[in-house]
Amino acid sequence: MSDATRRIVGPFNRVEGDLEVQLEVSGDRVERAWVVSPLYRGFEQILRDKDPLDALVYVPRICGICSVAQSVAAARALASLEGLAAPRNGELATNLVLANENVADHLTHFYLFFMPDFARETYAGEAWYGEAAARFRAVSGSAAAQVLPARAEFLHLMGLLAGKWPHSLALQPGGTTRSVESGDRARVLAVLFGFRQFLERCLFGDALENIVALDSAQALEDWCAHRAPVHSDFRHFLHIAEQLQLQNLGRAQDRFMSYGVYPADGTPLFAPGVFSLDNGTTQPLEQSAIREDSSHTWNTQGLDAAHPYDGVTQPNLDNQQAYTWCKSPRLGESPVEVGALARQVVNGHPLLRDLVQQSGGNVRNRIVARLLEIALVVIAMEGWARQLRPKEPFCHSANPPDEARGYGMIEAARGSLGHWISVQRGRIANYQIIAPTTWNFSPRDIRGAPGPLELALQGAPLRADESGGARRDPVAVQHIVRSFDPCMVCTVH
Amino acid sequence: MSDLTKLLWLQSGGCGGCSMSLFGAESPDLLTTLRAAGIELLWHPSLSEASGRDVLDLLQSILDGDTRLDILCLEGSVIQGPNGSGAFHRLAGSDRPMRDWLYDLCQVARHVVAVGNCAAYGGITAAGGNPSEACGLQYDEQRPGGLLGAEFVDRTGLPVVNVAGCPTHPNWVTDTLTQLAAGEMERGHLDVFERPRSYTDHLVHHGCPRNEYYEYKASAEKPSDLGCMMEHMGCLGTQAHADCNTRLWNGSGSCLRGGYPCINCTAPDFHEPGHAFARTPKVAGIPVGLPTDMPKAWFVALSALAKAATPNRLKNNALIDHIQIPPNIHGDKKRE
Repeated sequence: MSDATRRIVGPFNRVEGDLEVQLEVSGDRVERAWVVSPLYRGFEQILRDKDPLDALVYVPRICGICSVAQSVAAARALASLEGLAAPRNGELATNLVLANENVADHLTHFYLFFMPDFARETYAGEAWYGEAAARFRAVSGSAAAQVLPARAEFLHLMGLLAGKWPHSLALQPGGTTRSVESGDRARVLAVLFGFRQFLERCLFGDALENIVALDSAQALEDWCAHRAPVHSDFRHFLHIAEQLQLQNLGRAQDRFMSYGVYPADGTPLFAPGVFSLDNGTTQPLEQSAIREDSSHTWNTQGLDAAHPYDGVTQPNLDNQQAYTWCKSPRLGESPVEVGALARQVVNGHPLLRDLVQQSGGNVRNRIVARLLEIALVVIAMEGWARQLRPKEPFCHSANPPDEARGYGMIEAARGSLGHWISVQRGRIANYQIIAPTTWNFSPRDIRGAPGPLELALQGAPLRADESGGARRDPVAVQHIVRSFDPCMVCTVH
Repeated sequence: MSDLTKLLWLQSGGCGGCSMSLFGAESPDLLTTLRAAGIELLWHPSLSEASGRDVLDLLQSILDGDTRLDILCLEGSVIQGPNGSGAFHRLAGSDRPMRDWLYDLCQVARHVVAVGNCAAYGGITAAGGNPSEACGLQYDEQRPGGLLGAEFVDRTGLPVVNVAGCPTHPNWVTDTLTQLAAGEMERGHLDVFERPRSYTDHLVHHGCPRNEYYEYKASAEKPSDLGCMMEHMGCLGTQAHADCNTRLWNGSGSCLRGGYPCINCTAPDFHEPGHAFARTPKVAGIPVGLPTDMPKAWFVALSALAKAATPNRLKNNALIDHIQIPPNIHGDKKRE
């Protein structure tokens, strides 16, 4: 297009890690977008030739915000090498620790990463601006002062169950290393109660049970209208979302994937699967159908897409088509969106199913899903904590075989996380990681199809002070990018 | 110009975990602690509103001398690869290696702080074959040098302050920043690896709840066992410089309290121990790494003696995950 201009947005903050977005803008719309992950560290290279159990030290350090998720994925992959299963206490404690991180991440995303954009000066003329800015402004808003202490106290569960956060070695292939006595269990429940109180007072202004019972778009609308927008932060968000029509912003492929997560006695709390809005059905997840290609990546892999068992990570700046360090994962040939919205839609939560039927995957629905999931998971955590059995085992020993391969697939806060490991002669021969944001922020693939964020940015509107010769970065782009809660250090690793 | 200490926080080849840890600061919380110290955040990647163009403008304004920079914190390694080009991390929006931005900003900052082992020494990112050619601001693992060179000092004569750890404890960072802001940090407050002695004059062993097992060499053999993890499970708590068991993590935790070994994550070369992390290397049955300041003969003699005297309670409890035999209560009082 002749009047299109190319704009580069970065460094993109309030995401985890560094991010650049390149936009082709025409008039007051984004025509096309390219997502650039600008940092390469090479964990898959670092892991080669290591003792398999050493992965438990290295992989959490891929990411400080998804640290436990990386540990759990590695522990599962290592356990799969020998078909090891954790005792029930180990399974429950792993769920509690992973849920602690995932819920803390959702909270951090909402209050520290996402909402501060509504305090931007560009919105100063809006009727809702004054209250939004006072509540959500970065660093100085009233919410930040409440949320940091609440988050810190909630993370006391890590001190009780995992030693510390981030970067714990408590998550092992055979369970967890920190057994829980009855006094500890009482502490865990007390911390959960304190966190529930914060959620019910500040975030929801209602009982968690009433939030998870919202079963349709209409029910959500009625609930929201029942009190003033500033009665709770969830209502506050819904009010702003309505004013800015955030349900029309940031739609991707509307194909959602979840690996499933939080098993207890063989059944996950959130089921695995793939949901397509096209046909409105959920299909089983086929692990063997996962492929990654490097057609637009600074990586040496040839042109063929490969299953992660055959994946190659060898940086190469000579690929002339490349614009990012991120590979392009696909399910079969399809890009898929992952995250809390995908998880809840795949699991069939009636509210999210209804919202997605009406308006697809978009900025508003991604946020609603994350907040709803906070309520769902905290209720589940209370149940897991009560089921812990002091004096019964938490961990079995792992002895990975010298020749084997396996995988661990779990759900991190941001979506589906998979580790694929091959062991030869007692050493790691290949270790491939596909992180949630690798799916969501993937570059174009061999067929030229854009990744979910690249598609979601197409058509993003620019405000008057952002188009033409103006230098200001488009705020709609900020909302869309952050609605995915990207983790860039996981993306490339 | 305000009297507040102006702090800029940047990230490069790391995981962001030191920031995540820092946000868990308590008594008081992070924002209150910074206010108490008179520190103003010019920009932090996870906390600040400014993004994109505004950030590049801020960095340029600092380099141009229009904005004062009192403390520059780097989290994550300096990325030099591939082939010394720095292209593995170009700061988004700038097409310029982050390494070059960092070098220039360090020249104008009043103080430079490396937060975490990556920024200090290269850290985990430098493990394996160090594929990204990662190094620290003033060290390359234990060798002085790194990005800025061994001779670098800030405008007050201090070297880069290395708040080592993987991750750092929130208060290691806030205590250091508070002292820098107050002008109280002196060369003598730093150890030989330029780490704040406020926490590295201690050993992880101090306050370890497994001390009694250590004394009697009642050793754990598998994850979740209660015994001492030095003999078999790779624990380096007796050699690791940090106060993790007296200044606890996330309320009541530490690695040892979590049931897993200390991997000495404040040491410049912890990321490549030369053996599996959770297995103790031994020669003739004796651990290769001995407790700090302990002569080998003493250790061998004391261990043999201690093992012979190990109470049954400790022998038993060391190999299970909960206290099976409690300590005796003095006197003859027995529960019916």
